[in-house]
Amino acid sequence: MKRFKMAACHAAAGLVAACLGVAGLSATASAAGGLDLSGKTVEFVIPFSEKGGSAKWANFYAPLLSEALPGNPTVVVKYMPGAGSTKGANWFQQQKYEDGTVIFGSSGSTQFPYLLGDPRVKYEYGDWNVVLVSGTGGVAYLPPDIAKKFDGDADDLKDINFIWGSQGATRLDLVPMLAWEMLGMKVEAVFGIESRGNGRLMFERGEANIDYQTSAAYLKSVVPLVEQGKAVPMMSWGALDGEGNIVRDPTFPDMPTFKEVCEATKGCSTSGDAWEAWKAFFIAGFPAQKMIFLPNGAPDEAIATYTKAIDDILARPDFPKLSEARLGIYPQMTGKQAKVALKLGTDVPDGPKAYVKTWLKERFGVELKK
Amino acid sequence: MDLLSTALPALGEAFSLIFHPEQIMFLMLGVLLGLSVGVFPGLGGIAGLSMVLPFIYGMDPVSGLALMVGLVAVIPTSDTFASVLMGIPGSSASQATVLDGFPLAKKGEAARALSAAFAASLFGGLLGALILTFFILIARPLVLAFGLPEMLMITLLGLSMVAILAGRVALKGVAAAGLGLMVGTIGEAAAAGSLRMATYDIPYLIDGLKLVIVGLGIFAVPEIVALLRQDRPISRSGGLGAGWLDGVRDWASNLFLSFRCAIIGVIVGVIPGLGGSVVDWIAYGHTVQSTKDKRRFGSGDIRGVIGPESSNNAKEGGGLVPTLIFGIPGSGSMAVFIGGLALLGYDAGPQMIQSNLDLTYTIVWSLALANVFGAGLCIAFSTGIARLTTIRFSLLGPFLFMLISFAAFQSGQSLGDLVALFVIGLLGIFLRRFDWSRPAFLIGFVLSHQAENFSNMAHQVAGAKFRVSLESGFSYIASPIVLGILALTVLSVVIGIRQAKQILPEGEVPTGRKRAPFVFLLCVTGYLMIAWIDAMQIRMMSDKIFPVTVSSITLICCLLLLIRMMRAPETDIIFTDRAADTEDINAAHSLWGTLAWFAGLLVLSSLIGFVLALPLFLVSFLRIRAGLNWPRVLILSAAGIGFMIAMAGWLHRDFPPGLLQELVRLPWPLGDA
Repeated sequence: MKRFKMAACHAAAGLVAACLGVAGLSATASAAGGLDLSGKTVEFVIPFSEKGGSAKWANFYAPLLSEALPGNPTVVVKYMPGAGSTKGANWFQQQKYEDGTVIFGSSGSTQFPYLLGDPRVKYEYGDWNVVLVSGTGGVAYLPPDIAKKFDGDADDLKDINFIWGSQGATRLDLVPMLAWEMLGMKVEAVFGIESRGNGRLMFERGEANIDYQTSAAYLKSVVPLVEQGKAVPMMSWGALDGEGNIVRDPTFPDMPTFKEVCEATKGCSTSGDAWEAWKAFFIAGFPAQKMIFLPNGAPDEAIATYTKAIDDILARPDFPKLSEARLGIYPQMTGKQAKVALKLGTDVPDGPKAYVKTWLKERFGVELKK
Repeated sequence: MDLLSTALPALGEAFSLIFHPEQIMFLMLGVLLGLSVGVFPGLGGIAGLSMVLPFIYGMDPVSGLALMVGLVAVIPTSDTFASVLMGIPGSSASQATVLDGFPLAKKGEAARALSAAFAASLFGGLLGALILTFFILIARPLVLAFGLPEMLMITLLGLSMVAILAGRVALKGVAAAGLGLMVGTIGEAAAAGSLRMATYDIPYLIDGLKLVIVGLGIFAVPEIVALLRQDRPISRSGGLGAGWLDGVRDWASNLFLSFRCAIIGVIVGVIPGLGGSVVDWIAYGHTVQSTKDKRRFGSGDIRGVIGPESSNNAKEGGGLVPTLIFGIPGSGSMAVFIGGLALLGYDAGPQMIQSNLDLTYTIVWSLALANVFGAGLCIAFSTGIARLTTIRFSLLGPFLFMLISFAAFQSGQSLGDLVALFVIGLLGIFLRRFDWSRPAFLIGFVLSHQAENFSNMAHQVAGAKFRVSLESGFSYIASPIVLGILALTVLSVVIGIRQAKQILPEGEVPTGRKRAPFVFLLCVTGYLMIAWIDAMQIRMMSDKIFPVTVSSITLICCLLLLIRMMRAPETDIIFTDRAADTEDINAAHSLWGTLAWFAGLLVLSSLIGFVLALPLFLVSFLRIRAGLNWPRVLILSAAGIGFMIAMAGWLHRDFPPGLLQELVRLPWPLGDA
C-alpha cells in the first residue's frame, strides 16, 4: 500500500512539472457558463491575520479576481486567524457550496498540522475543490566568515555551533531545520520569533549565524545584504522537475540545491526515510504552498468558472510583471495540474509522516496529541 | 554631506507630489475615515486600514499612500474622544489617557481635556514626522543596535512603570501586574507550544486572550457599569465646561513635557516588536515621575492627558521607521500598511529608501499634514461629540454595551470573545472596587508575551555566545544600551516606589469591612495557585520557567498581603473597598442588577445571535430601566441597530452568531454572509 502511494506520488510529480513551463499559456476552461456573480460580494477567507505572506498573496489576487470573474463581483479578503490557521480551515470545512461567493486560501501552515495529525485539525483537504496552487522556493544563507568554510559540501560546517531564529518546530521552519540536521550541522533553534523577517534581523544583528527566507523575501531583503557582503547564499531548497526530481530553482539557477549539497556531504543521503520525509514536507511547504479552494460540493461549472478566471489572470500580459514584484517567479497552477499539486502536498505516505513525528518528539520534545 | 544632498531634492519632490488637489482630497478622505473609525471604541488602525485595502489596488501610489497615511495618522487623535468622554480606551494607544481624561470629563472639563489632548496630539504628530525625516537616513544602525537583550530591557523598563502606578499599597500593585502577566501566559506557549491554563477541548483559550478584550474588560466594562448604576450624565456639571482655550494654554505651559513624551513615543515606535500599546503607559509613567506635585494624577490632572497624547501620535512617525526600512511592522496597523504598500507596487525595505526616497518622503509629508487636518477636524467636531457627556447615562449605556460587544467579537470572531469580555469585565469590576491597580494589570498583560519571549530567546542566544567566549557573551548581554536602559529602569523603580503613595490612579477610595477584600484576595491567590500547579506540570523548560517564576513571585506577594490583612485593623488602606463609598451606597441601581443586563445581552446573543438579540435588549433596557416612552424607545433602538449594521456592512464584518444561526442559515446581517 505504501509503495503504491509512493509510485502515484512520483507519477504525479511529473505532471506538476509538465505544467511548469506552460503555466502562463493555459487558457483551458471553455465551459464557463452558468455562474454569474454580478452584484455579489465574494469573500476570500484566509485563516491568518492581516500580517504575513498569506495576506499579501490574497490581497494580490483579490482585485485581479474581481476583474476576471463573470459579473465583476467585489472580492474582499476576510481574515479568520486563530489556532495556527486550523480555526479558519475548520470553519471552511463546515461550509457547503451555495453560490460561489466563499473561497478559501490555505497555506503551508494549514497543511503541516494536517500532515502531522494535530488534534485541532477537523478538516479534510480531499473534500475541497482546488482552483489555484501558488508555489514558492527558499534560500538558506550564511555570514561571510562561515561561508568561507562552505565549498559545496557541509563537511567543514559540522564543528560550528549554529543558532537561528525560528517560528516553531512544527511550522514551515521544519523544512530547513531537517535539512541542516541531515547535513550533520549542529543548529540550535531559538523559538518564538514572530515572523521570518525578525529571523533575518537576528541574523543581521549577529545573534543568529544562519537563516533562510522564502524567495520573495530573499530577493527583497537578503539580496541587498549579499551585495553589501554581509551575507552569502548557501543553497536553495530547489524546485521539482518533470520526473519528480528536485532540480535547481529557476529563480536562483546559480545556487546549488539542498539535494546537491546533501549528495556532496558525508553522511547525508538522498534516499531513505529522512530524505523521503524531507521531500514530502518540502513539497507541502514550498512548491504547493498556497492554494485557493471552493468549498465541499461545488459543482463543476463553478470550478470551471473560477479556473477560467484565474487562467485569464495568469494570461494577462502584465501578469509576469505584476507577480514578479510580489510573489516571485513561480508557477501558478490551475485545473488538473493544481489537483496533482494538491495531492502531492497533502497526501503524504505514512512512513515519512511517522519519521517527522518521531524526529520532532526526540529532537524538540514536541508532541501533537490531546 | 552626501545624505543631505540626496535627501533635500527628494523632500522637495515629495512636497510637490503631495500638494496636488487630488492627493489632498485623498488625504482628507483618509483623515475622515480614520476619525470615524477612531471614535469607535476598540477599533483602531488595523480595522480602518483593512477596510480600505480592497480599494487601494490600482490607485495612483501617491493617492493611495495619502489615503492610508491619513487614516493611520489621525486614529491616535480621534480615539481620545472615547477615552475622555466615556472612559473607554478608543484604541490601545490611548489607554493611559483614560486615567486623567475621564475624571476631567466627569468634572465638567471635557472641553479642556480634549483641546489639550488635540494640541498635544498635533505637536506629537508633527514632531514625529520631523524626526522621521532625519531618522530615515540614519536609523538603520540604530534599529540594528536593538538586539534581544535590549528589547528585553525595554520590556522591563515598561514593567517598571508598575511601580509608580501601583497605588498606595505597593504589594497590591505588584500582585496586579503579576496577575496580568499570568493572564497573558494563558494559551499556547510561543516557544514549544505547551498549553497553559488551556486545553484542546476549549480551542478559544489556546490562542490566549486578546488585548482588545482585556482592555475593554478591565477599563470599559467597570466604568460603564458604575455609571449606569448612578444613572445620570457623565459630566455632573451638565455642561462641557468652558476651556477650549484653557486646554491649549495647559498644553503650552507643559510644552517641555509634551516634547519629552513625543520623543519617548518616537523611540518606542522605532523599536519593532514592542507594540504601540505600551507607549502611552511609558509616557504616562514618565509624566507622573517627572512632576513635582503628584496628588491630582488619577483624579483629573491635565498633564496626565498631555503626556500620553503627545507620545501616541509621535509613535506613528517612529513606527514607520522599521516598517519602511526593514519591512518589519512596528505595530499591527503597520503590518496592514505594508500590505497596502505592496498593493501599490512597492515593497517596504532597504531598497525602498534607496530607490524611492521621494515616495518615502511623501509618506512623511502626508503624516504631518494628516495630523494638522486631524487635529483641526477633531476640534471642529468636538463640540457636537462632547455633548455626549451631558446625556443621561441610561440612554448611552446600552449602546456602549452594544459597541464593546461588537468590538470584542471582532478580535476572535467567536462567542468565546463575549464570554471572555464578561469574565474579564467582572475581574475589572473587582480590581476597581478593591483598588488593585488596573493599569498595572494591563501593563503586565500587554508585556507578558514579550517578557517571556525575549527572556527565553536572549537567554538562548547569550548561552551560545558564552560558549564561544566569555568576552563575546558579556559584550552581548552588557552592551552600553542594555546598561543605559537598566539604569533608567532602576531609577524608575526607585522614584516610583518613593512617590507612588502620593498618587491615586483611581482617585480616593474609602475602606470598608474586612470580608470582601479578603475574599477577593483569596480568589486571586487561588487562581495563582492553580496556575502555578498547571505550570509545574509542563515538561518543556522553555514554556515552564516564565509562568512558574512569575506565579511564585505573585503568590509570595499575595501571601504577604494575606498576613497583613489578618493583622491590620479595618481602617487600614489595605481594606480599600469602593462599595463603602457614599456614591456607591447611594447608587440608584445595584451592581448585580446592572451586570445582569449586560449578561442578558450576551446570553441572548449566544441563543439567537447578536443582531436579533440587540432589539430585544435595547427596547427592554430603554423601556424598563431608562423608563422612556415608547416612541423614543423605538426610535433610539432603531437608530442604534441601524448604525451598527451600517458600520459592520461597511467594514465587511459579521455579527456574533448564536445557536439559532447554527441551526438555520440566515442572510446577512442576521447570520453570516
